[in-house]
Formats: sequence, C-alpha cells, structure tokens
Amino acid sequence: MKKKLLLLIPLLVFFVLAGFFVAGLGLNPREIPSPLIGKPAPAFLLPDLNAPEKMVTEKDFLGQVWLLNVWASWCVSCKTEHPSLAELARTNEVSIVGMLYRDKPENGSEWLRQHGDPYTASIADANGSVGIDFGVIGTPETFLIDKQGIIRYKQTGPINEEVLNKKIIPMIKELKQQ
Amino acid sequence: MIPEIGQFALVLAALLMVVQGTLPLVGASKGISAWMTLSRRTAQGAFFFLALALGCLIYSFIVNDFSVLNVANNSNTKLPVIYRIAASWGSHEGSILMWVFMLGLWSCAVSIFSKHLPEEMTARVLGVMGLVTTGLLFFLLLTSNPFDRIFPVPLEGRDLNPLLQDIGMILHPPMLYMGYVGFSVAFAFAIAALLGGRLDATWARWSRPWTTLAWCFLTVGILIGSWWAYYELGWGGWWFWDPVENASLMPWLVGTALIHSLAVTEKRGTFKVWTVLLAICTFSLSLLGTFLVRSGVLTSVHAFATDPQRGMFILTFLALVIGGSLALFAFRAPKVGTAGTFKIISRESALLANNVLLTVACGTVLLGTLYPLFLDALKLGKISVGPPYFEAVFVPLMAPLVFLMGVGAVARWKESTLPDLWARLRWAAVITLVAAVALPFILGRTSPTSVALLALGFAMAFWIVTASLAGFFDRVKHVEGGFREKLARQPRSFWGMFAAHIGVAVFIIGVTVVKGFEAERDVRMMPGDTVSVGGYTFRFESIEDRSGPNYHATRGTFELSKDGKAIRKLYPEKRVYFAHGMPMTEAAIDSGFFGDRYVSLGEPINDGKQSWSARVYHKPFVTWIWYGSLLMTLGGLLAISDRRYRVSARRETAKPSLSPLEPAKLEKA
Repeated sequence: MKKKLLLLIPLLVFFVLAGFFVAGLGLNPREIPSPLIGKPAPAFLLPDLNAPEKMVTEKDFLGQVWLLNVWASWCVSCKTEHPSLAELARTNEVSIVGMLYRDKPENGSEWLRQHGDPYTASIADANGSVGIDFGVIGTPETFLIDKQGIIRYKQTGPINEEVLNKKIIPMIKELKQQ
Repeated sequence: MIPEIGQFALVLAALLMVVQGTLPLVGASKGISAWMTLSRRTAQGAFFFLALALGCLIYSFIVNDFSVLNVANNSNTKLPVIYRIAASWGSHEGSILMWVFMLGLWSCAVSIFSKHLPEEMTARVLGVMGLVTTGLLFFLLLTSNPFDRIFPVPLEGRDLNPLLQDIGMILHPPMLYMGYVGFSVAFAFAIAALLGGRLDATWARWSRPWTTLAWCFLTVGILIGSWWAYYELGWGGWWFWDPVENASLMPWLVGTALIHSLAVTEKRGTFKVWTVLLAICTFSLSLLGTFLVRSGVLTSVHAFATDPQRGMFILTFLALVIGGSLALFAFRAPKVGTAGTFKIISRESALLANNVLLTVACGTVLLGTLYPLFLDALKLGKISVGPPYFEAVFVPLMAPLVFLMGVGAVARWKESTLPDLWARLRWAAVITLVAAVALPFILGRTSPTSVALLALGFAMAFWIVTASLAGFFDRVKHVEGGFREKLARQPRSFWGMFAAHIGVAVFIIGVTVVKGFEAERDVRMMPGDTVSVGGYTFRFESIEDRSGPNYHATRGTFELSKDGKAIRKLYPEKRVYFAHGMPMTEAAIDSGFFGDRYVSLGEPINDGKQSWSARVYHKPFVTWIWYGSLLMTLGGLLAISDRRYRVSARRETAKPSLSPLEPAKLEKA
C-alpha cells in the first residue's frame, strides 16, 4: 500500500505544477499596468555609478523630461535593448538615467565599458530597495518621467525600435512642449 | 492554391491521426488484428500529408506569397532563399508545424523499423503517438494555422528577425525538435508497456536505440544553439540559463538518466519502474518546454511568439497527456514489479545514484525556471532568477555525478567490494589528484578561488578519463590475442559509452579553461592601431562599407598575428537590416583546436579619425565545449549501431515468441 502511494507522487507533483501554470496564464509577465502611472516618481537617494561619493536624487531631474531605465549586467534582455537605447541617446532628445538593479557596481561599470554607455547619468541600486519603490519586477524596465517628476509611461521588458518610434519618442516630444 | 493544399493536407493528416490514436489501441486490447495493422498505414499516410503541408509552407515562403499572413510577417523579397526556407520554422505557427512534422517522421520510422516487434506492441506504440499527434494537429489547426491568409495582400513582407538570419536557424530548430519529439517514441513505448503489462529486458532493448537516437539529436540541437548564441549574440557567452535554454536542458538531463536506466533494465532486468517514469518525464519535459516557450507564462529573449489563448490549449493538452500517463503509471506500475537485487556497492547503485542526481539537477533547473512564476502566482512579488542561482546549485551536483561516473564504469554488476574498486581505480585516483593539484600552478594561477575552481574542473575531467581507461583495461585484460584483437572484440556499445564519457571530460576541460583563462579587452581603435590579448595581436587595418542582400554593413579588417607572424585576416561587421533598421553585430572569429580569437566592432566614435570601439577576446579551449558535445553524440550513435540490436531484430523476426531475458546477453557489457 505504501508503495502504491509512492507511485502517486509524480502525478501529484504534476497537478501542483499544472495549478501554477493555470494561474500563470492569467498573469502576463509583460504587461503589468503600473499603479505608478500618473503619480510622482518615488523619491530616491542613490550613489552615482561612476562616482560613488556623489549622491543622485530624483529632484536633480526636475524641469526636464527623462527616462529611468532599470537594468543589470546579468540581464540578457538588457543587451537586446541596448542598441535602441544607444540610438535614442544619439538623438540627444532626452536624458536617460540608468539604474543598475541588484548588481555589483563594478559589474555594471564593466558592462557599460564593454557595450557602450547610453546613459546621461547612472545610479546604482545594489540591493534593489529603490527598485521595489518603483515596482520593478524584472529587468529591463523603463519609466518615462515628465518635467514635474510624474511617471507618464512604463515599459516592461526591452525597448525595441517599434516601441521607441511609436510610443516613447512621440510621448517625449509631447511632454517637452508642456 | 498551394496554401490551401497545405491546409487540406493538415486536415487529412489530423483525420488519419484520429484513426491511429483510437482503433489500434482498441484493437490491441481486444485482439482485433485488422485494427492493429491499421496503425502502420495511418502513420505512413499521415507522414505523407504532413510532409506535403510543410512543403507547401516552404513553397509559399520561397515564392514570397505575402497573402499568407505567416509569410508576410516573417519574410521579405530581399531575404536570401536559404533564410526564406528557414523562416518557415521561424514563426510560432511554422515551428509547431515543424514539431508535428517531426512527430510524423518518427511515427513513420517506427512503422517501418518495427517489423520485429509483436503486432500488439507496434499498435500500442503507434496508437499512443497518434494520440499525441492528434492533440498537436488540432492545436495547429484551431489556434495557430500557418496557412491563414490576409487581405489586402501586402506588397512587402516584414522580414525575418535579423537575429535568426543565420546558419544556426537552419540547423538548430530542426535538430532540437528531432530530439524533443524523438522522446515521444520512448514515451509511447513506456505507455504501451504499462497498457500491455509487458515490461522486460526485450522491451528495453526495443526502446533503447530510439531513445538514444533522440538523445543524440537533442545533444546536437543544444550544442548548435549554444554555438549560435556564442557567435551571433556577440557577447562571447555560451550558456545564459535563459528559460528557453533551460527548457531544452531539462529533457536532456532526464533523457540522459533515461538512457542509463534503460541500459540497466536491458542488462539486469531491474529499474523497470524508474525507467518507465523517466521515459514519461522526459517527454513530458519536452512538452513542457514547448508550453513554456509558446504560452508566455515566462518571459525570455527567445519567446518571440506568445499568446495566453494558445497557452491554455497547450496546458489542457499537457494535463491530458502528462496527467493521464502519470495516472496510468500510478495504477499500473505496481503490476510491473521489480526484479533483480543488487548490493549497495555495485554498478547498479552507481547508476541509480546518478539517475537520482540527474533528476535532482533537472529539478533544480525546473525550480529556478519556474520560481518567478510560483512567487507571482502566490502573490509574493515578482523576481527573476539569474545565472548565480543556477551555477550555485548545478555545479555542486555535477561533482558527485562525475565521481560516480568513474566508479560506475568499473564497478561490477550486482555486487562489488570497496577493496576491489580501490584496486581498479587507485591509479586513476592518484593521477587525478596529482593533475588537479599541479595543473593550476603549472598554468600560473595562484589566487585561492581561481586555483580551487580550476582544480575542481581538472579533477572532474581527469577522473572521467582515467577511470574510463581503467574500465577499458579491465575489460580487455581477459580478452585473448594481441592488442588489436582486444580492441576489435569490444562491442560498439562499449565504445559508445567510452566516447560519450570522454566527451563529458572534454566538455568539462573546455568549460574550466575558458572560465579560468579567457581574456578580453575593450579598446578604442583607429586604423593602424594594435591591441594584444592572450599573446595574440589584432591590428585594425581599415574600415569600409559593404552591401548585403537585405542589409547594409560597415566592415572592419583586422589582421591577427602571434609573435609577429600574421595568421589571418578577420572581418567583423556592423549590419543594419533594411526592414527592421536594427543594428546587428557580426563578430569575426578565428577558431582553432585550442580555442578562439574573437573580435567584434562596437560603435563608431565621433572624433573625425575613423575611431571605433572594438572588443577582442582570447577564449582558450572554448571549442572543446562543442567537441565534447560532439563526442557525446558520436558515443550515442556508436551505441545505436551496436550489433546486438540488429542481431536481436533478426532473431526475433524468425521466432516471434520472445524469451524474456537471455543469460548469455547479461554478461556481455
């Protein structure tokens, strides 16, 4: 009898997994409506990645339209996104602030050195605490913040050509005129 | 017209599969011979229609028929023909069609090469495969029709994702799918055995070549994928623990356990319940991999076609196939029973322990892959799990696995003793220990962590090689005749095991050396500049523009030299594809037996002097990672070609009543 019960274990394990999958289908890891849209960006005080003694806060960017890009050197999709960010940086349309998320600053600097640095400013959120305030669920994530410091748009997952040209750039132009 | 023929062929194939999934199974349980024989015809007929459907899709791609949605989304008139063909399986719909086509191919192969099997067994195996194919064909027809039309017809297609425009795209998916799908044969054999209540050494001998072949395809598929990521993604890594990579690694790990478990079932008549469970799990993980990639429950760089609707369909299908077979397992496995006993120190124990380790390793990968989903579903927040987790849990499991690999190769079946094992393995142990301690220092490493990692890697590799050699000399000792004759007397299955195990050692050396000694430099260069890394010098000679069929490229010319002697020119490129406007880096690699020299162009630097950022790598022994995987595949192929499968096939045709276990065979191997 005991042995028969043992043979049921694989089936039970599968049922548990299947339960999670059913739940997982209802969740969409790509499109999570951020409750932060239309609200002020959470306050932060983080060290500058390139000059750790210097502290950067969200107030430093008041009066300009800026992007906050959350990334990490261990994140594969960030690499996918990198050319689009570099292209956006070349247009000089907007300040891009890179927030290194749950990563060692030296890994981040090394990564930027290797792949090119598209950021106007870089900050390091080594333990991910600011990421939590921003509701970061994975990297990369990008927040578009207006002159008053209000979050206007959030991109979960890599920015590609299409998102850039159809959403982000038009929004930047519009926000700059306000 | 052609797409409609393709669609119609899919419908016909689906109807044939409905027949194949029902009548032969009923026939086998009621003993209706005519219904059982039907299975061969339906399998071959369905394969014809599936091949026709795939042919129609490929044709639509070749002639740029943009009225087909799938073609319009994934191809372009400027795309070279070879990539138009590869684009046929580049999309979600196309890749599922490819999956089903492969399933049809394997069923057809089973129907042809199963003449020596009892009719009832063939009917059940093909019946089970028919059920699986039916499910996937309905998935294809109802949710992901590759032949859907669009109107108005676009003038130009959107082009294939530039990342996929590569030789890797032509080879990687077909190989990987052949592996995934091939495990359906092992699965069908296991289910047939549970249904028929027949599970013995002969059963294991039938399913072994099929399973090993599927494993070989999967190994090659993963290898090509890894090599592709290495040179195409342009950042020099070869494994990223991405969910989709994990999805292919999991069936490989359990499939590896399965081929070893099958060996024990064939030779010793034991481990039966294990073998059946592993067969079910291996195919289930293949299906799960498809589900994870296609449903969108996990995000990954690979998941370019995701849709929850489709996810629900696959999930229901998974629940029926996996849930159904595990339920069958739970109720029928006790009837199979266990036979044969063995002592704690024996080859069986070593193999059993390794099966457990491989399964646990697969479990940790599964956990790491699904953990973000679990937390999310339990409303505990969202996280992502990265390489540090996988490296921390995976490597410690591999060390005992490798240790037991060496022991298993020399231990006796049924019962061994520790003094006996020590006598056979002491030289292996001594050489391993000396090599592991000495090599890191000889190679000039002194920092403790670096030495420890290198020592661990070298110890594992040397242990496999020396223990395999010890096992080899042990075997030939008792064979009479000269050394040549001794070698010739060994069966191919032995050489297969030997090659595959050495392959693991070669793989480990590759990983260890590349981790320990890779060097890279990131520099700003203008024409005329040189940069040195790992003893090699790269000279940036010039930069020019070049046009490809569907892209524009900036191509750099680098001269690679060592000690002042020029070796060759390298041409890294930066490409911009017209249709996507997406810049792509094409690294240039000088690949040699002892490693690669790798250069990729970064971005132009605006200083008026044609300066570029460039990255150069020296990756010693990285190629051994792939050589090792190739050796493992070669080992699998050698094992399949072993005489006894052909001999037994012939004998069983002559004498349909089967003896369960022939003692003479037990000793051989």
